[in-house]
Amino acid sequence: MSIATEAGRERQTARNGWLLSAPALFILTAGAIGPLLIVLVYSFLTPAEYSGVEWVFSGEAWFRVFWKTDIFDGTVSLNDTHLAIFWRSVKLSVTTTLITFAVGLPTAWFIATRPPDQRSLWLFLITIPFWTNLLIRTFAILEVIRNDGILNSMLLGMGIITEPIQLVFTDTAVLIGMTYVYLPLMVLPLFAAIDRFDMRLLEAGYDLYASRWAVLRRVILPIIRPGIVAGSILVFVPSLGAYVTPRVLGGGNNMMIGNFIELQFGQGRNWPLGSALSMLLLIVVTVALLFYVRAANTDRRDV
Amino acid sequence: MSDRSFSVARVPGFATIAVTAFVLLYLPILTMVGYSFNASTSVSEWGGFSLQWYRLAWENETVKAATARSLIIASFAAVISTAVATMAALGTTRRGSFRGQTPIYVMINTPLMVPEIVTAVALLILFGVVRQVTGYQGLGYLILAHSAFCIPFAYLPIRARLEGMDLTLETAAADLYATPWATFRRITLPILTPGIMAGAMLAFVISLDDVIITEFVKSAGQDTLPTYMLGALRRQLTPEVNALSTALLALTVMLLTAFFLTTRKRN
Repeated sequence: MSIATEAGRERQTARNGWLLSAPALFILTAGAIGPLLIVLVYSFLTPAEYSGVEWVFSGEAWFRVFWKTDIFDGTVSLNDTHLAIFWRSVKLSVTTTLITFAVGLPTAWFIATRPPDQRSLWLFLITIPFWTNLLIRTFAILEVIRNDGILNSMLLGMGIITEPIQLVFTDTAVLIGMTYVYLPLMVLPLFAAIDRFDMRLLEAGYDLYASRWAVLRRVILPIIRPGIVAGSILVFVPSLGAYVTPRVLGGGNNMMIGNFIELQFGQGRNWPLGSALSMLLLIVVTVALLFYVRAANTDRRDV
Repeated sequence: MSDRSFSVARVPGFATIAVTAFVLLYLPILTMVGYSFNASTSVSEWGGFSLQWYRLAWENETVKAATARSLIIASFAAVISTAVATMAALGTTRRGSFRGQTPIYVMINTPLMVPEIVTAVALLILFGVVRQVTGYQGLGYLILAHSAFCIPFAYLPIRARLEGMDLTLETAAADLYATPWATFRRITLPILTPGIMAGAMLAFVISLDDVIITEFVKSAGQDTLPTYMLGALRRQLTPEVNALSTALLALTVMLLTAFFLTTRKRN
């Protein structure tokens, strides 16, 4: 085959590819990607009095993300209210990721080491919560941890506590809720990695007098690393942008960045600040994803 | 695998943690299902079996309208996203790679990567402007938004199915003087159907479940079932929400079981 027809064929493949993808890309541009650019533009505008924006350029919103100016003497200081919300978001997301990993690894291992005929059942059991509405699962956990919920009534009934434990509307409640709703997101990629794991390597490790701990740390964890990275990203990214769980379980005083963004478009009436916060969240998530892509590529090179 | 390697694979404590995790995962859901049949008005006291909350929900016109709206949006979103995702999968999966393929992948998967709250405020701003200019208040905004974020969910199973497909079948059809259209209709499409069905079902479930984007995009009086439930929580948590949750859960489980059966046949 001549080079010319080879190149021609590739051109045609590319043309067909773009043509066939065009409708999907059009809908995505109109309904998901394009609007992000508008948010970027809005983050550099001036808030209008009631809601919306005035078309006057301003860097004020970005400045206000981190700093504030005293209304009386004009001194600039770090905006501790905002920083507290960022810190809570990061803290809760990282903790959620760590807990889901600690619970998810044994769970994924358990599923992967079941006999093949039982495995798909266990996998199905983890997939149902995965696809069940996040709101429903948050409601379910709310009913358990409410002051007059099952957990408190049981503990009261058994005489372990005399007063209900106030869990709802605390950071702990948000943490419990996020761990609960995002656990399947950790288990599934870990399972995929463990499923490919060659169990003979364990035998080799034990034959060479490795302890259980050494086998876990030196053999299992390095090999299933792609699954660990994927699971952590899948949990960390939605945790950081969580909206429903902190709103239902955290109440108004335990906002995470997602709720704070909503506030700017609602009662806060500061659309540019909300836009700047959205962009900040998007940047952090993108950095996390780039880190993931790099880690995944490094793994491929090693193998 | 021999029995011996199984004992090697057993890590002490892992099974206990795993079983506990499964129990904790299901306990709240099952409790919610149980209490949806509770005769008592209290959310936490058991007063005997009753279907009153289902009846109450069924007789509630707002709930009925929200359910209908959810189903309409999910159906449109599933059909639209699956149609365009099928075309995109056909365009990007076979016949070698081409320049520009990576940007297409990235664009298709964007909804999986951008935090939902960010897309939600972005659409709030855009559709606010469009509403002002055109005066259109219908369900079109929700259908467009849902179609967009459902595309990657529809695309992935279709693409997986295409990647596993034997290309020589199409070549054979072409050798037998089938037109490209006949080849597509008689060979490619039938082989692809399980993937398309799976993609459409996932898209339907994803659309049905959406809270955040719907909450920001909807016009006044356009509540879907999930946003109605979120609003109901703000007012007061009644067992009616349990009943609605259980009904939605049942629908999801049914669709998932169907999904598993369709994809299983392939193996």
